[in-house]
This record gives sequence, structure tokens and C-alpha cells, in this order.
Amino acid sequence: MIRYILRRAVEMLLTLLVASFLVFVVTEFSPGNVARKTLGAFALQSQVDLLYEKLHLNDPLMVRYVRWLGVLTGTVADPLQDPALKLDFKDPRGDRYFGNFGYSTMYKAPVNDVLWDRLGNTALLAGLAFAVIVPLSLVLGVLAGMNAGSVLDRALSTVSIVMTSIPEFALGVLLVAIFVVWLHILPGTSPLDSHSGWSIAQQLVLPVAVLAIYDAGYVARMVRTSMAEVMAKPYVRTAVLKGLPRHRVILRHALRNALIAPFTVILLQINWLIGGVVVTELVFAYPGFGRMLLDASLFGDVSLIEAATLIALFVATSTQLLSDVGYRVLDPQARR
Amino acid sequence: MSAPTATESAGRATPSLWRRLPSSPVAMVGLGIVLFWIVLALAAPLLPLAAPNAQDYMAMGHPGSSARHWLGVDPLGRDLLSRIIWGGRTVLAVAPLAVIVAYTVGCAMGLLAGYYRGWVDAAISRAADVILSFPVVVLYVILIANIGPSALNIVVAVVLASAPGIARIVRGLVLSLMHQEFVAAAYLRRESDVFVMLVELLPNCRGPLITDFCLRLGYTTITIGTLGFLGLGLPPPNPDWGGMVKQATSMITVFPHMSLYPTLALVSLILGFNLLADGITELSQAD
Repeated sequence: MIRYILRRAVEMLLTLLVASFLVFVVTEFSPGNVARKTLGAFALQSQVDLLYEKLHLNDPLMVRYVRWLGVLTGTVADPLQDPALKLDFKDPRGDRYFGNFGYSTMYKAPVNDVLWDRLGNTALLAGLAFAVIVPLSLVLGVLAGMNAGSVLDRALSTVSIVMTSIPEFALGVLLVAIFVVWLHILPGTSPLDSHSGWSIAQQLVLPVAVLAIYDAGYVARMVRTSMAEVMAKPYVRTAVLKGLPRHRVILRHALRNALIAPFTVILLQINWLIGGVVVTELVFAYPGFGRMLLDASLFGDVSLIEAATLIALFVATSTQLLSDVGYRVLDPQARR
Repeated sequence: MSAPTATESAGRATPSLWRRLPSSPVAMVGLGIVLFWIVLALAAPLLPLAAPNAQDYMAMGHPGSSARHWLGVDPLGRDLLSRIIWGGRTVLAVAPLAVIVAYTVGCAMGLLAGYYRGWVDAAISRAADVILSFPVVVLYVILIANIGPSALNIVVAVVLASAPGIARIVRGLVLSLMHQEFVAAAYLRRESDVFVMLVELLPNCRGPLITDFCLRLGYTTITIGTLGFLGLGLPPPNPDWGGMVKQATSMITVFPHMSLYPTLALVSLILGFNLLADGITELSQAD
């Protein structure tokens, strides 16, 4: 088991490395980006050319990638912080430390100053959404799967098809139209400050609802399918025929086995949530990680894009690892 | 238009499934919604609509619905009904095109990986793993923000993001089919590798693939709408449902109709694809 986890962790690290290189290729294929974005739109071309020269941006792509990797691991000093450039870019942590994501050309601040607050806000949003999705989808899915073909089952499958057909931004627009425009009971934006007259809790309701509703329908359907499959298994029939009360059949025999497959699905939802977060944060002007990634991509802020992608990928791959390990722990058959 | 090919190819692959479709009310509702948009999209040039990019300055004072503009006008005074119908044309052209190309690439990858195994399989599967570990929206945002928003680039991005998933399904199906007698028979007849892959293996993967195809049509429609909303869809002034919502959300408290109508159009089309997929799944499971 430990060897398995170690092997997977190494694979994960390789994936992150390859992915960061791919992102570098896509964003930095045409160099010069950094020099122009650092100096802004009003800098003279000659100034940009000078910085371009000093930062060695005409080096081959591979060399620039390895340099970026060197800055990240703390073996190379961040070239943008070089005092000889007179850019006044200073990171209080110094110019050479492990985990140095470099300097954000959009915010004109170290990435590590920009990133973590927003990530915290997003973690709050996603965490709340997750706390709604899991119990809701488990209860609905189990109830529907217990009685396949019942009214609840039919209703759930119809509702969840409709729910998964509404993209997050569309759901945001619909909810804003109902609760903000029509009923006036919730705010339409969530900047997470209290100047607007709405409490933080009120500001969180709609973004959490958008994330939760979209995913809960999908997860509930997975739980339902798994539960319905288990309910048709011979050992459940045996338990019923043996005269056990229905609640014991369900709690002791069916539920445990029915929840193994959804366990994986639920953890993999985190990968989806990261995507959903980008859209939801844009709809509600939420000061989070996803909107920052979108802004950075549109601006062309390489350091910030790399940092955000690596974190998104780290979260996605580590939850996948967690789900695979959990699956092996829960399901004796998968252990071999 | 490439839109009808999706349903045609599904129909050609399994005539029996196609003929049994009317027995599933869910699938028929889905098909009805999709056909409704296809007919509107095809008929757009023939309908007496205002030009989708023409601005009516007189209507901007009262942008709600009127005799001239049934669904009202958008923030720039352009007729919403016309923009929704013309916008449907782009979605219905881009989504099936992107899914078909993604299928071509994904099936090729999956067939090669499952058929040759060994290092071919390792290389294709590793590459697919890296792409699939990206949260999809993140992948789209980074790609389109750098290669620029256009219909072609949306197709490229959708293909890159979905082909690995399709390849994984096809690979699994091929691995399970390789032990079947008809594959052994083809080997005994000394058929070429390409023949075995395309004539023996691929048609036998069709069952799960048809459902996945419909689901992917719905999902790609979501993607196209979302990209438009993120400002990464078709460049203006092309009518694009997601982009129309984006332009109008800042006015949602005053003129909700401007964002609501394109939203409903998009949701109805996705619902159509998803219901169709659901009905087909139910029918194929009944076999």
C-alpha cells in the first residue's frame, strides 16, 4: 500500500512538471510578454527592448522554462527583482527561496502576496458548496436508489437532468433574476466586504447555491445508480428473504457497498468544482482564485497563471490520489 | 450545416436503436427540442428577422418587448430574437463539429493504444492522463486566452480537452473486444491492422459511444456558452449566446430580459441534448 502511494506521488509530481511545461509553452511561446507586461502599455518600445535584453528573454523556450523552475525551487534568484533593473520589485521573503512563484506583472506584487488570500476565499466557497453537495446528494441518491422506479426516483432523475443542463453562469443569472431582481432578498454581487449593506453570510448564499445545485444533481444520480445496483444484488435478496427488517437490510448490507463507487465520484467533483469556481466567481464578482486565474490569463501574467495552474492541478491530482487510495481501503476486491 | 450529421451518424450506426427511439418519450422530447433549434438555425436567412448586428437606436429607450422587437433589444439596441436565432446557428455548427473532430482524434488514439498496447499505449495513456488532470475550465481559459477567441480555436480547445477522455473509453472497449472470436477470425483471414481496427473493432464499440456522443454534445454546448460568458467566445459583434449574457449581466437589475432570453435558449438546447442522451441510454440498457 505504501509503495503504491509512493509510486502515485511520484507520478503526480511528474504530471505537475509536464503540465507546468505545457502551460509555459502555451503562455510563453512568444517571448517578450514579460517585458511588455511589466512596463505597461505606455512604455516605449526601446525600453521594452532593453528589459527584454536584460531579462534574457531571447533565450530558447527550454532555457527560460528551466530558469522559471530554478526560481520556483529557490536555486536561481528572481531576475525581475534584480535591483540593477530599477523596477522596485521587492519580495519581503527575499529573491531566492523555495516556492517563489515570481512576480505578478498584473498586480505588480509578488505572486505569493496575491495568491493565498484569494485561495482562502475560494476554499471557503468550495468548502461550503461541498458541505451542501455531499449530504444532499447522498440522501437523495440513497432514497431514490432504494426504491428504483418510485415517484421520488423519477422526480430525482428528471430534476437532476434539468440541473446538469444548466451551465453555472446560466444558473447564476437565473438565481440572480429570482432572488435579487424579483424578490430583493439577496445581493447580486459578493465582494466579501460589508460596505454593501449585506452580511458576508448573505453574500455567500447565491455563489454556494450555484456550485452546489450544479454538482449535487450529478452526484445524486451516481449514488442512485450505485444504490439501485446493490439493491438488485443476490446478497441483498438473501438478507430480505432471511426476514431481516428493511432498515437493517439497507443500513447493514446495501449502504456500505453502495457508497464505495460514489466515494470516488464525490472526490473527483473537486476537480469540477475548481472549474465551476472560475465561472461562479466571475458571475458574483467574488474575490477568489478562479477569477484571478481568468484575469491573469486574459492579461498574460505568466507567473500568476503558472502558480494558479500548479495549485489547481495539485488539488485535482491529490484528490484523485486520495480517491484511489480510499477506494482500495474501502473495497477489498480492488486490493488484490 | 454540420448539425444534422450528429443524429444521422447515430442513426446509421444502429438502425434498430434509431427506429425504437419513438418508444422513449424522454428521447423524443429531447429530439424535438434539438430539431426545433436546428430548423430555426437552418431557416434563419429565410425568416423576416432584423439583421442580427443592426442597431435600432429608437428602441434603446424602451428595450423591452414590442411589436417591432418581439423579445426586445440588447444593450446596443440589437434585436434579441434575431440574435438568439442567428446565435443558435453558430452553436449548432461549432458544437457538433468540435465533437466530431474530437471523436475522430479520440477514436484514433484509443484504437492505437488498445490495439498495439506496449509503448504506444503507455505514451498515449500518459499524455491523456496529463490533459485529464487539468480542471477543464482552467485548460480552456489558458488555451483560448493565449491562442485567441475564434470559432476555430474553440474547436481546437474542445478537441484537445475531450479527445483524451474519448480515447480512454475506446481503449477500454478495444481491450475487452480483443479476445473475441471475430477478431481472431480477422487475424486468420490475414486482414491488415487498419482493417481490424476500423471494420472489426470500431463498429463494435458504438453502443457506449453513441450515448457518450450525445452527452458530449450537451457538454460542449455548455462549454461554448461558458466560454462566451467568460469573454473567450466568438469575437463581437457575432451573436453568441454566452457572450450575449455576458454583455447584459451588468444590466440584469434593470433589464433582466436581455440576459434571461439567451440563457433560456442555451439551457433548452443543452436540455435537449441531455434528454436525448438519457433516452438513448435507457433504450440501449433495455437490450
